[in-house]
Amino acid sequence: MTTFWMLAGMAVLTFLIRASFLVFGRGLRFPAWLHEALHYVPPAVLSALVVPMALAPRGTLDIGWDNAYLAGTLAAGLVALRSRHTLLAIVAGFVVYVLWRLVLAG
Amino acid sequence: MSSLFNTRDCLAGARDTLPMLVGAAPFGVIFGTLAVGAGLPPWAAQAMSLLVYAGSSQFVAVSLVSAGTVLPVIWLTTFIINLRHALYSATLLPTARTWPLRWRAALAFWLTDETFAVVEHRFRTRGEAGAAAYQLGSSLAMYLNWQFFTLVGIVLGKAVPGLADWGLDFAMVATFTAIVAPQLRQRPALAAAATAGVLALLCRGWPYKLDLIVAVTGGMSAAMAVRYASRRSRT
Repeated sequence: MTTFWMLAGMAVLTFLIRASFLVFGRGLRFPAWLHEALHYVPPAVLSALVVPMALAPRGTLDIGWDNAYLAGTLAAGLVALRSRHTLLAIVAGFVVYVLWRLVLAG
Repeated sequence: MSSLFNTRDCLAGARDTLPMLVGAAPFGVIFGTLAVGAGLPPWAAQAMSLLVYAGSSQFVAVSLVSAGTVLPVIWLTTFIINLRHALYSATLLPTARTWPLRWRAALAFWLTDETFAVVEHRFRTRGEAGAAAYQLGSSLAMYLNWQFFTLVGIVLGKAVPGLADWGLDFAMVATFTAIVAPQLRQRPALAAAATAGVLALLCRGWPYKLDLIVAVTGGMSAAMAVRYASRRSRT
């Protein structure tokens, strides 16, 4: 039931946003500050999700060399910055993460 | 179908979207796999792609579900992440103004980053002739592609049940990192990411996942502050 309401709410909200101007919006106007602020939603949201998972994967701060999440995240970030190739960066991050865990376990 | 439809422009829209289809495919697979790995029933994972149809908010919702987040926060986060689509909606309105309501409503439902990029380029360079059919072609291609690769991911996630314990939570971290890192060359975006990251770390574990809302609001404020500061120093 919760899953149903989650989907229903997400679907309705997303449609209303997309329909805002195209369907309802002949009189709507977009404030300039909001226009600018929206550019920074993706970096803010994604970083807010990534940083705690990379630096505190088990809930407490862990910035030691044995943190495989941190190693993999740094690898993915560096490859993405250098190559601008999203998929390559994901694969590189994942490979470093898996190798890190294998080496630590072995 | 009204006279807005014609096969040639519709096919052209689908054809010009082809590179976007290739780019979205692996994310569809990753989404499907992660969604069932996070404990979402397969029908719900597919329904999210069918009804919400907004990749980044689908990913974030899955990570919020696995963190046991309450509904209002999932909705609020969806709203914030997808608000950029209002910008696309506003940009396309001048071209779409004369289209019948059902066309505007359907094309609004299918409005994604990818279709917007393709369609806006065409409207700007080639004008408005055949615009509705062109956007329909792009929309349908993206939609069917996303559904198919979501399904592939769901099947994969079900076939290999251990996949989730096997580091899929890291696949999410790697995906988000790879998307965000190239944007950090710009100073306001860097300020947004740094502030949001630090706040999320400091506030982690707050009830109702309020840490996420605080971090995102703080990050966006930091980016705006940097923009205004650099604008003032230039004048």
